[in-house]
Amino acid sequence: MSGQVSQSQFYQNLKKYYTFYTGGFITFVVIVGILEQMGVPNKVLGYMFLFATILLYAGIGFMSKTADVSEYYVAGRRVPALFNGMATGADWMSAASFIGMAGTLYLTGYDGLAFVMGWTGGYCLVALFLAPYLRKFGQFTIPDFLAERYGGNLPRLIGVLAAIVCSFTYVIAQIYGVGLITSRFTGLEFGVGVFVGLAGILVCSFLGGMKAVTWTQVAQYIILIFAYMIPVVWLSVKDTGNPIPQIAAYVSALPKVTALEKEFNDKTTPKGAAEESVRAIFRDRAAAADAKLKGLEAGGANYLTEEKGKLAAKVAELKAASPVDAKAVEAAEKAVKDFPVDPSAAKKAWTAAKGGAAAKAAPVKAHAEPFAATGKTPEEVEKNRNKAKKNFLALILCLMVGTAALPHILMRYYTTPSVKDARTSVTWSLFFIFLLYFTAPALGILAKFEVYNNLVGSSFASLPAWVSNWAAVDKTLMAIADINKDGIVQLAEITIGGDLIVLATPEIAGLPYVISGLVAAGGLAAALSTADGLLLTIANAMSHDLYYKMIDPQASTVRRLAVSKGLLLVVALVAAYVTSLKPGDILFLVGAAFSLAASGFFPALVLGVFWRRANYLGAVIGMSAGLGLCSYYMYMTYPFFGVNAPLWWDIAPIAAGFWGIPVGIIGVIVGSLISPAPSKQIQELVDHVRYPNLEGDINTAGA
Amino acid sequence: MQLTQKHHDYWNKNLRITAILLAIWFVVTFVFGWYARELNEISFIGPLGFYMGAQGALIIYVAIIWFYARFMNNLDLEYGVHEGEDE
Repeated sequence: MSGQVSQSQFYQNLKKYYTFYTGGFITFVVIVGILEQMGVPNKVLGYMFLFATILLYAGIGFMSKTADVSEYYVAGRRVPALFNGMATGADWMSAASFIGMAGTLYLTGYDGLAFVMGWTGGYCLVALFLAPYLRKFGQFTIPDFLAERYGGNLPRLIGVLAAIVCSFTYVIAQIYGVGLITSRFTGLEFGVGVFVGLAGILVCSFLGGMKAVTWTQVAQYIILIFAYMIPVVWLSVKDTGNPIPQIAAYVSALPKVTALEKEFNDKTTPKGAAEESVRAIFRDRAAAADAKLKGLEAGGANYLTEEKGKLAAKVAELKAASPVDAKAVEAAEKAVKDFPVDPSAAKKAWTAAKGGAAAKAAPVKAHAEPFAATGKTPEEVEKNRNKAKKNFLALILCLMVGTAALPHILMRYYTTPSVKDARTSVTWSLFFIFLLYFTAPALGILAKFEVYNNLVGSSFASLPAWVSNWAAVDKTLMAIADINKDGIVQLAEITIGGDLIVLATPEIAGLPYVISGLVAAGGLAAALSTADGLLLTIANAMSHDLYYKMIDPQASTVRRLAVSKGLLLVVALVAAYVTSLKPGDILFLVGAAFSLAASGFFPALVLGVFWRRANYLGAVIGMSAGLGLCSYYMYMTYPFFGVNAPLWWDIAPIAAGFWGIPVGIIGVIVGSLISPAPSKQIQELVDHVRYPNLEGDINTAGA
Repeated sequence: MQLTQKHHDYWNKNLRITAILLAIWFVVTFVFGWYARELNEISFIGPLGFYMGAQGALIIYVAIIWFYARFMNNLDLEYGVHEGEDE
């Protein structure tokens, strides 16, 4: 895809290639659709999508193989703004955005919009504060900028460390998504799925570095946006008759959802009364769990033995009865087997049971209502509401500033031909991201309409096919049980996992399986493209910044690329290994990556451009204080680490950057002011990045 | 390399447009977010507070970036700091 053609010719060629590519992909989907009609089993179709797309990415990766340093690190700096926008879109939108976002919005309503706003609004900061200046600076990595701007190896080293920490945290979440999708759609085991996906990631980036990653990401963007849009448009037509979901959801579906929410919460209506009967059962369950907890607190281990004894006695009693009710015996035996072994396990299990039942017993939360809060007194409600509001805005801040500090995104703006293109390219980036992000809230509403209007009130004897299918596949995604035994589905009897929404939309909309395969391919594209960018960032930070710039500046080009590729392999394997251990909460990992990047990078990067006086000491203090405080707060407050210190000003650990960012900024300012102004040379560098073209300019873009 | 008055003017204009756009960004995100409950009383393609978070703010973000790119690319030409044509 290169050669010595002019930039405009190159651009025309690219447009031609990707138009052909899109046409080819559509043909492929149509062929698979025809195969499905001819009776080819779904599993085979799933494999076809998986291997066809991975082969495709591998093909592009192979065609883009390179031994040129500039092509390997920054795609030769000739990616046109439009295509860089698409590549950034794919780089940006992860498995969490593609599969998780609409579900999060379904489950949390307004409060989930923090992710929608945070992950788009951050691009305003990228555009205004960073992209054009970094492009003018024009080297290879973000630590490059820190080293050049602040002088000395320490800022570079902290930069490398921050880049590795936040990218690695984030890449685990992506590989997890890859494993999930491959295992779900092909029946491979999760661990195997991870490594199949990993092979896909490696063939993209191994031979051609940034160049290969860029052109595969463009291809992946095209797949993922089609895969996201088609089912939603179809669902919108089915439910509202309007083919524009982004309007239909608000105009037709949301008012109906709101009316149904009121009905469910009003005991005088038939639906409300039915809901109430289910809630009463859950209230009893919550009370029973609470009573057990109280008993445990008073009696400790003795209480546990006593309770277990009662259950065992019941088994004996049932067995002695005649005739023996085999089902009841089995249930009672299971209760004995599942009985918690020690007080701490009992406390955990019963607290969870109490919380789950209490949540089911509560009234339906209004979808469009921001910061819904509960409390015993009006003051308490107001207090909890303010807490929710503060955390909502703090999370938005962390996500936005983090967006403008994640090295794998900022790196993309090194690849455009000029400063002008870098600016235009941010517009395209956000536009392409926007297409998916403004559809997700609409999908959340349409799915809710489908559940509230069509599923609730239907009979258990004739559940819609998608409900029984998914309930059979995965209980955490879809669980439904007739709690009050009236044979009719009530809302409180349905438990939906967030990821279900996107995965099940094709079936809800009544589309053939080929579209489900397409959605899986889209989710895979989203996860792979983000993982590509992240792995490359980590490998580059180690090979370029650590090895070439700090350990062996005399290394030859061949050696540098060899080290980089070797590290890529090692990092990928380590990341896959860590992922296969299934560590913790994906959403928290993602949030942590953003908070860390925001606190570590943002202050030093932005002040480095906008404040001439910022210097070495300022950067060192600001970056380490920001990173340090952010990690400290997460360590102290996130339950996983077991410290559980009190929160500061009620800010949740996921928004730890709320403290790290200001401390980082203050650190840069104070550190700079207590030490001498930077040298004339560095001040000239600041002028250099501020103006796209200066007469007698210095040159920083040397390879 | 000596910066002329013209260069300083260019930079000041850049700072001004950056500040204005940043203020819009701030209001749309944080002020509208803070008053989301109150805004929901107003109906505009659904409740306004919800609509802003789900769609309105996003459209404004795209517009902010589009406007900045256009403004600055023109300002480069006007002040003669644009890059050589290599396309």
